[in-house]
This record gives sequence, structure tokens and C-alpha cells, in this order.
Amino acid sequence: MTFLLNNFVELTVTGLVLGAVYGLVALGYTLVYGVLQLINFAHSEVWMFGSFAAVWVTVAIGAGPDSGIAVAIGVLLLALLAAMVVSGAVALLIERVAYRRLIRLDAPKLVTLISAIGASFALAEIMGLRDRLAEALGLRDELNSYVRSARDNTRFLNPLETHGVFNIGRYTVSNVDIIIIVSALVMMVALDQFIRRTHTGRGIRAVAQDSEAAALMGVNRNRIIRATFLVGGVMAGAAALLYLMRFGVTRWNAGFLLGVKAFTAAVLGGIGNVRGALLGGFVLGLAENYGSALVGSEWRDVVAFLLLVVILLFRPSGLLGESLGRARA
Amino acid sequence: MRFTVKTSAGLLAAALALTACGGTKGGDNDTASGNGGSGSCENVAIGYFGALTGPAANLGINIRNGVKLAVDKHNKDNADCKVDLKEYDSAGDPNQATGLATQAIGDDSVIGVVGPAFSGESETAGPIFAEGGLPTITASATNPTLADNGWDTFHRILGNDASQGPAAASYIQDVLKSKKVFVVDDASAYGKGLADIVNKTLGDTVGGTDTIQTGQTDFSATVTKIRDSGADAVFFGGYYAEAGLLVEQMRGAGVDATFVVADGVKDPGFIEAAGDAAEGTIITCPCLPPEESQDFFKAFQAAFDSAPATYSAEAYDAANVFLQGIDKGNTDRESLLKWVNSYEGDGITKKIKFDDKGEVENISVWAYKVENGKIVADQEIKTN
Repeated sequence: MTFLLNNFVELTVTGLVLGAVYGLVALGYTLVYGVLQLINFAHSEVWMFGSFAAVWVTVAIGAGPDSGIAVAIGVLLLALLAAMVVSGAVALLIERVAYRRLIRLDAPKLVTLISAIGASFALAEIMGLRDRLAEALGLRDELNSYVRSARDNTRFLNPLETHGVFNIGRYTVSNVDIIIIVSALVMMVALDQFIRRTHTGRGIRAVAQDSEAAALMGVNRNRIIRATFLVGGVMAGAAALLYLMRFGVTRWNAGFLLGVKAFTAAVLGGIGNVRGALLGGFVLGLAENYGSALVGSEWRDVVAFLLLVVILLFRPSGLLGESLGRARA
Repeated sequence: MRFTVKTSAGLLAAALALTACGGTKGGDNDTASGNGGSGSCENVAIGYFGALTGPAANLGINIRNGVKLAVDKHNKDNADCKVDLKEYDSAGDPNQATGLATQAIGDDSVIGVVGPAFSGESETAGPIFAEGGLPTITASATNPTLADNGWDTFHRILGNDASQGPAAASYIQDVLKSKKVFVVDDASAYGKGLADIVNKTLGDTVGGTDTIQTGQTDFSATVTKIRDSGADAVFFGGYYAEAGLLVEQMRGAGVDATFVVADGVKDPGFIEAAGDAAEGTIITCPCLPPEESQDFFKAFQAAFDSAPATYSAEAYDAANVFLQGIDKGNTDRESLLKWVNSYEGDGITKKIKFDDKGEVENISVWAYKVENGKIVADQEIKTN
């Protein structure tokens, strides 16, 4: 207990950083669920592909931590762009291959769920076998720096050096901590405004509320579904870069655990609720850190999920509870 | 394709060409029991059991390559007695290990197994091998309790954590002269077993402990605990995937305590994950530096286009114990098990002789150090 109190600031900041990443990934789950009442289990792989896109950009450019600040920011923006584009593309691909036909045929939700799990496995294994794929294409040597140690951790050479900015108590808040928390908040607000104010956003809300009525009012349902997947994917791409800046490595199966946590964050905040996703992420990140501090790191998931159960017992629809369709303009 | 038993193309071709097997080397091959009148080397295989895929695949691949080198060399020298190598890829997962072990037992041609590679999978697969009477020699599973199960098929060709743990502890005490140590484990049979021994040996100098999970990527709470404890050395019991992340995040948070780990981290994958943060890490290992045996080093380099890594040499020795037995006409499980139990001979890593529990006598533990992105031998650790 004294340990928790002595290190409260540090545990809080690192918890918020982790929570911000959970929250951004959770957006993908929440948006798709809001529109289709479907849990897109392949979303963790959308994030994973984005993280590799960011790594490969830095490999291709070859910028290390010693390049100047302007170069560093340029490389980071480029990596962000690549991660967003790749994640968005993978999300659209999943929608096209794994869902579109099933949705059109109005297949049972369970069938779609299995399709999602299948897509998740397939994508993860493709990444894990990328060295052999390159070999089959005869490009093993040319692509070596991209495909080597395919089953192991792959390192992200962060062009921005981590350094302390200011102290709170005994903890030095670093530039990366600030960037992650602030960007998560900014992106959250931007997305929230996008859903509330734009034409497409109104379409998303309409389809979420009642897709048949929306179609009768002239909303193109398929276009809205694609837009939803794309937005979720782009957010996951941004989350991927932020994650790499903090944790430095990614792996073919890194999406799994993060996906479970992000999905939990979405449920915690109220699934289908955009603001709830970020709140859920923050709460989960903090709960994990405080839980680790109180009873030992091996209990962090127990504490986090116990919290989830308790919150859902009292607020079955999550912290903010409101669904995407009922959000007011 | 996890359960596919791969056979190298060369071996397959050789096996097809195989006609009879009289044996010119051993001399008394015809006395082999159990196979009736057929040639004594026909349809004989040894298995490799361990991870070839999965998060700790590198460690397994090193071992498989050591076994493969031994088998290929044997088959080249004994054209009339070709031994097959069958691979059982457990991905290091104790749950998959039981099914694979049953599969190995069911294949009558497999009469000896190098592996299982890790302690966790050894725990679940061990009883099945014992039941089926299939002799195993592990070249890497170091949890001490494995030898206490009464499995007469179990053999271990390297020192266990009961020797590695105290060695790590004495390095921390005598060489690093550490005042306060923080001990972290990954809750695995291997990592926790090792951390417990280090913990016990160091006693009062341990300033705190924590447990992480395999597959975890965020260690911020653990790093906070390490910093809070003010430790000047951190011992981590676990594998390279998590070790790399942990030390990276420690250095990122400005914790500069010496990072001490054991053989499960002795892999280039650790440096890949940790980058510059890996510098100065101390790695203990009951394994000889590969450069100590030049012939093996060169042969391995030629065969796989990479230097032998952790436990390649031990695996080579383990496979050779089996292969020598096969050459002496022990081509069924029962006689091969007897052969291994009474084996005495010089391997490239040590003088090999197994005691009643299957532990090898003659153990040395070495400390390695990460320098300029490479794992290099530091010194042999003397325990008292």
C-alpha cells in the first residue's frame, strides 16, 4: 500500500499511457459494434499490420535516434501515415473478404464471428510466416531487413529520443508520455466531432440506430459500413505508432493480448460508445497498474477483470452506457 | 502444419536407397534384439522434440540444428546405417506437448528423443515418454524437479537450475558485489524455478520480487517496483522475448541496475528486442562457449551458415549418445534405454555419464556478457 502511494504519480502516468493505446484500439471495436452489432475480432490484426508498417518505414529510411529533431518528426509523421494507410486498408480488406457477403446474406451473427476469428488467425500467421512468403517469391535476400526473425520481436527504431520534460513528485514525465496521452485525446475529440457533425458521421449514427430506416431515408448502408471499418482502422494505425514509441517492439502475435484488452476497454466504457472507449481504456490501464502495485504483477489481469465484472454488475451497459445510435447531434 | 513430421529430403532419398544394413562399424550389430530378422538400421529414427515455431523458436532451432548435424554426419559416415530424424514441433507449449509425445510413442521407428527442449513441456510430456519406454535426453530443460519424477527414460545432458541458480547468485554476490537485488520471474516452470533458487541463495540481499506473464509487453509497474527498491542488480528468470522488453523499459525509465539473466535469454533474439539496452547484460549458462570446440564450430558453420548458438553443442552430444548406441546394435527402445543409462564417453561439451536420476555428472556454468551487440563468453563461474 505504501508502495502504491509512494509511486502513485508514476503508476498513474504509465497507466494512462497504456490506457490511451487501449482506448484508440477500442474505438475500432466500438464503431463496428455500434453499426453492425458485431465484434470484429480481426481488429487486433489491423493494429498489428499498422505497427509493422510503421517499423518498415523507419527501416526503409534508416533514420536512427541521432538524426535531428526535424528529421525525427518527419519520419514519425511518415510512419504515422503509413500505419494509418495500411491499417485502414487491412480493415477494408477484412470487411470485403470476411464480412460483406455474410452481411448481405444476413447470416447469423455467430457465423460472422467465426469468420472474424478465422480472418484474425490468417492475418497473424501471414505476418508470422513472412520470411517464408518472401522466400517463396524469391525475394528473401532483398527483403531480409523486413522479414528476418519473423516469429520474434521486431524492433522499432524510434527516431525521437525519449527525454524527461518535467517532474511530478519523483517521476519524470517524458516527451513520449505527453505525446501519447495528448494525441489520444486529440484524436478522440476529432473522431467524436466527425461522428457528430459530418455527413458520413450522421450516416454512421443513422445506420447504428436503425439500418433499414436509414436505407429508406437514402443512406447508402454499404458505404457507411466501409467508412466505419476505415475509420476504425485508421485509429488503430495511429495507436500502433504510439504503442511503438512507448514499447519499442512488435510481433506477429502481439495483437492478440492487446485486442483482448482493447475489447475489454470498449465494453468497460460502454460498447458502441465512442467516448466510452477512451474512458474505458484509461480506467483499464490505471486498474492494471494499481492492481500490479497492490498485489503483485501476476495479479494485474485478475484485478482488471474483477473491476470489469464489478462495473458491469452495477452498470450493465458500461460506464457511459450510451450506444452510438442514441448519441445526440 | 504444426504436427507435420518433417524429414529432410536428403535423408529421405538416402533411406529409399537403403537396402541392407549389416554394419561395418560396430561389429556386433547382428545381435540387435526386437527387430526379428530384418536389417538392424532399417526404419530407425531419433526424434527432436521442442519449439521450432512460437515465441521462443530460436532456442529450439539451435537444438534441432545440433541434432541434425549429428545425424547427417552419422549417415554420411555410415552409408549402410541411415538414421532418420523426426521433428516434433511443440512451439514450446506444454499443452501441445502431450499430443506430440503420444504421437512419438505411436511411431515405432522412433527409438530415442532429443528433448523436450523446455521445462514446461518436459513436465507434461515426461510421464508419456516414461510410460512408453522411449528414452529422452534433453539438451536444455533445466528445471531441477524434472529429475525427481522417477521417469527412468529422463536424461539431462547439462547442469540443471540447481547448479545454474547458485552460480547466478554467486556471480551477483562475488563478481558484481551487489548490495541489493531485485528478482523477477515469468511464472513458467523454468523461470520461476530459477528465480526461487536465486532468491533463496541470495537471502537478505533480495530487495523485492515480482512476477510477470509470458506474452506481456508493458512492464511499467514492474519497472516502478525495481526503481522503488533501489536495487543495483536485477535477476530475471524467463525467456528472451520478455527479457528484451523488460530491460529496454528499465533503461528507458532510467534504471541502470545490472541485468542478470540465465540460459533462456542467451539468444540473438534478446538483442533484437532490447537493442542498445541489452549492453552489459550478464547471462549465465551451463553451456560451454561454442568456440571451445573448433571442429564442431566449423562443421556447424558450414552446415547452417551461422555459428552454433546456445545448446547446439549439447544437442549434438545428446544425439551422438543415441547414434553410438544404434551403431552398437541397440535398435529398439528398451536396449537403447539401457545403453543410455550405462553410457560413458567423451562428448564435445563434457565427459558424459548419467547418474540414477538421469542427471549428467560434470557440470560447469559459464557467465556470458553482451558486448557491442554480441553475446560473448565472460568467465567460468566458480561456486563454493
